[in-house]
Amino acid sequence: MSLKHIAQIAGSAMTAQTTRLNTVASNLANAHSAAGSENDVYRARKPVFAALYGGDKFGDSQGAGARVQVLDVVESTEPASKAYEPDNPLANADGVVFYPNVNSVAEMTDMMSASRAFETNIEVLQRVKSMQMSLLKLGDS
Amino acid sequence: MSMDFTKALGVHPDALKLRAERTKILASNIANENTPGFQARDIDFTATLRQTQADETGGLALDTGSADPMYRLPYHAAQDGNTVELGVEQAEFAQNAADFQTSLTFLGMKFRGLAKAINGQ
Repeated sequence: MSLKHIAQIAGSAMTAQTTRLNTVASNLANAHSAAGSENDVYRARKPVFAALYGGDKFGDSQGAGARVQVLDVVESTEPASKAYEPDNPLANADGVVFYPNVNSVAEMTDMMSASRAFETNIEVLQRVKSMQMSLLKLGDS
Repeated sequence: MSMDFTKALGVHPDALKLRAERTKILASNIANENTPGFQARDIDFTATLRQTQADETGGLALDTGSADPMYRLPYHAAQDGNTVELGVEQAEFAQNAADFQTSLTFLGMKFRGLAKAINGQ
């Protein structure tokens, strides 16, 4: 019975969504971290998800199942925003500071999407648990 | 008179196995909701259910070996090539879980019938 694999699949998705929430938290927390040059400024991070077919780490075939893996966490290549703040101690010789290229609105929607996806996988786990429980009770009248 | 328990239980053990397999595929679809390029899959239950030569009970038999997953046609195309539509997958998952319980109930009834026959009631 493949119910064990379902728990692994849902678990991998929950791990991936946690990574995504992690990057969202990091991006939102650093949305206003100024820097003196464009190279030093914080850049928005995004995880890259990929489907992982085939067996698990015990060499057990999963058949048609596909887990999620986080391939990498990449930095956004959008240009950082400049601001003229000569009073800022981090400002360069021209009085310019750089702010991260974090789009707060996009991050908030990303956060909602990630938490909803996490909860969906929790629902899957709960449903599979109840299926397994009824399977164990098979034959009891 | 010898009795084959596989025959006594009918199509239901195979149906249960197929439902569990389908649960896994649907769980994969839900898990890869945000994976770019992931194509949602499903198995066609009725196509997998094939009629065999009528045995004594005249029932249907399942060929679970040929449960090839097929790709789902999305209602709307996504820009990243992902064809998972969460609402569709959740509905299918819930329906599949209910069908799983139905198969379990049928199996339970079969077992109760066997127990009655064994006890001679």
